[in-house]
Amino acid sequence: MSPVAQKGLDSLEAKLEPIVTRYRGKKGVAIPLLADIQKTVGYIAEEAVDYVARELDLPAAELFGVATFYAMFRMRPEGKHVVRLCRGTACHVQGSARIGEQLQRHLGVSEGETTSDGVFSLQYVACLGCCSLAPVMMVDGEVHGRLTPEKAVDVLESYRTRD
Amino acid sequence: MDKTIVKVGLASCGVAAGAVPIYETLRKVLEGRSDVELKKVGCIGLCYMEPIVEVERNGVSIAYGKVDSDVAKRIVSEHVDQGKILEENLILNPEGFACENVRIDKQVRIVLRNSGVIDPEKIDEYLARDGYRALEKALAMKEPDLIEEVTKSGLRGRGGAGFPTGVKWKLARQSQSDKKYFVCNADEGDPGAFMDRSVLESDPHSVLEGMAIGGYAIGADEGIIYCRAEYPLAIKHLNVALEQARERGFLGKNILGTSFSFDIHIKEGAGAFVCGEETAMIASIEGKRGMPRPRPPFPAQSGVFGKPTNINNVETIANIPWIILNGADAFAAMGVGRSRGTKVFALAGKIKKGGLAEVAMGMPLREVIFDVAGGIADDKKFKAVQLGGPSGGCLPESLLDTPVDYESINATGAIMGSGGMVVMDETTCIVDVAKFFLSFVQKESCGKCPFCRIGTKRMLEILERISNGQGKMEDLDLLQELALQVKEGSLCGLGQTAPNPVLTTLKYFRDEYEAHIRDKKCPAKVCTKLIHYVIDPQKCIGCTKCARNCPVSAITGEVKKAHMIHDDICIRCGLCRKVCPVQAISVE
Ligand SMILES: Cc1cc2nc3c(=O)[nH]c(=O)nc-3n(C[C@H](O)[C@H](O)[C@H](O)COP(=O)(O)O)c2cc1C
Ligand code: FES
Repeated sequence: MSPVAQKGLDSLEAKLEPIVTRYRGKKGVAIPLLADIQKTVGYIAEEAVDYVARELDLPAAELFGVATFYAMFRMRPEGKHVVRLCRGTACHVQGSARIGEQLQRHLGVSEGETTSDGVFSLQYVACLGCCSLAPVMMVDGEVHGRLTPEKAVDVLESYRTRD
Repeated sequence: MDKTIVKVGLASCGVAAGAVPIYETLRKVLEGRSDVELKKVGCIGLCYMEPIVEVERNGVSIAYGKVDSDVAKRIVSEHVDQGKILEENLILNPEGFACENVRIDKQVRIVLRNSGVIDPEKIDEYLARDGYRALEKALAMKEPDLIEEVTKSGLRGRGGAGFPTGVKWKLARQSQSDKKYFVCNADEGDPGAFMDRSVLESDPHSVLEGMAIGGYAIGADEGIIYCRAEYPLAIKHLNVALEQARERGFLGKNILGTSFSFDIHIKEGAGAFVCGEETAMIASIEGKRGMPRPRPPFPAQSGVFGKPTNINNVETIANIPWIILNGADAFAAMGVGRSRGTKVFALAGKIKKGGLAEVAMGMPLREVIFDVAGGIADDKKFKAVQLGGPSGGCLPESLLDTPVDYESINATGAIMGSGGMVVMDETTCIVDVAKFFLSFVQKESCGKCPFCRIGTKRMLEILERISNGQGKMEDLDLLQELALQVKEGSLCGLGQTAPNPVLTTLKYFRDEYEAHIRDKKCPAKVCTKLIHYVIDPQKCIGCTKCARNCPVSAITGEVKKAHMIHDDICIRCGLCRKVCPVQAISVE
């Protein structure tokens, strides 16, 4: 391993150390454990899972199995702003498919991808629980309701200018 | 004079509609005033009116809807300071609710008793409304008597299946074990339902109290709330409530000086619909992939980590304190047949008044949709109401007199489900809706059993064919046959109910399928392969607006001359139609 790569791994391990301590000896912790890895590293990085699995004496395959089962876990890095467009029933009936198409065109990415400048990730989710304000999307945890395709684009751009 | 209380609804729907800046405006305007108290409350269920601000003085409340920062300032300067009511934003007046376009007088509030009334982050406000008194009462009862009381109330599970809650508790109580769990199902997977979110955000203590009572009844010492991660505000409020309940001794060791010890923690879901199913949820709580397993053994015998476990839905649990405090008979006095008490519905889709409504069981669907939810928006025509989400069905106009109770709804082929009610009008395509649900379950199928995994995929392919105009009449029979096989052969509730949206639409809206197949037409003008956008050359004034707005440059034409849409390039996004100043563009 090159010295640079080794250094990167060392600092990754340093970052993961508190997680290892938190979950040592506990049972049934795969989901919060992975959530913490995602929070710390930004996504479910293979090296991170390997390291934590080794430290906690868990089969890495089991952790990967769990990570790939749940929609929340990302196997790739996310953009700076995460856009979650609701594709639930109420939003569908109120035209969220059109909004999705418009956002994909505007950002030049498909569902589940991140723009090449790393600013936006576009994800589809099942329901954000704000169905009476459909169509709805969430950007970095903030919910925006009563969208039209044009308004959705304006909302995204407002995040860009906020930066 | 009493203090004036100004309340701002800050549940997720309020926040999404912009209530946070309204709260900030009010905070600034009211800074330093001791005669006015500014309060954060949850959701009163009139989500379509958000942001909502309520003014309470001498026990009299007046609520305003669609408040912007200007209205917020005037609420203080005119109403609070001069007692003048702002008529144009008024939604609820002192008589309760008589404002012409808002009728909540048809509602009965048990589950939603505190929602929008109290500050969910303050336990004292919950206590002031008889909070935790039911727990006190329950702990003075013998466990079998407590369970008998719940059984007598007639309460059935609000999570979908409608299993009698008292019977479930009794089974869990009878299981012998040194360790038992009481789990709250807060996964709310039906995409279009939000009553559980609202209860958790607006009145978290009622769920904690209900769980503690249930824990005592079955002999559990550990409670788990499995909450979906898409509900960050609910999780936040639950954590605050847990902390406070422990501090006051309503949770923890030796609750209220008795020998009963019980504590609750939260498990966040990670985005999998199937984890709402109880055996999958148990696997997920154990940190595994959320795969369902066959029952028996039932969770009451072998649940979380192999220990006896009782699982109840949020709304079921929120009913418990009310039942214990007011008695089983008071609860059973409401409702019809074997469906007692109330049901909370999440009303969404093409209706005027989207939000939450809690009504006595047995109210006809028509009354819920047209009186409580105000009927169809933009005065379009009602087409269907979808009940029960991906496991439910679509009911037509002719079934609107069906009362909302478990048995009557099941008889139609739909299910009560968790209470999501999505209303559709003439612009909604039924084939598209069926396709939507199938692609949902297809994505969410855990893949364990082939009927669900492959069967739903084949069904989806057929529906795609039909909506593309390539369907054959035989496809309808094939679809029906496959649907019945998937229903029969699937391992868990997800697969067993996944065909319901298809079966009900085939039954009640067959003509719409046939129009797609035989006439190659989508009557609602939704299926993109079957519609065409055209410009009427007589009406077009050549303003070029459509051409400039078209995202794929499918429109050509000279200035001041009629324009034309190239059908082969057009993606049917409908933007041109929206921007045309002279309505020259139509869909065929
Ligand atoms: C695919 C599937 C998804 C489910 N999702 C939920 C859910 O999101 N919330 C819920 O309370 N129950 C859900 N259920 C029902 C639960 O399995 C279980 O019956 C319920 O939580 C029991 O509580 P109750 O008796 O209080 O209704 C689901 C069932 C299936 C088959
Ligand atoms: S369906 Fe979109 S928020 Fe519920």
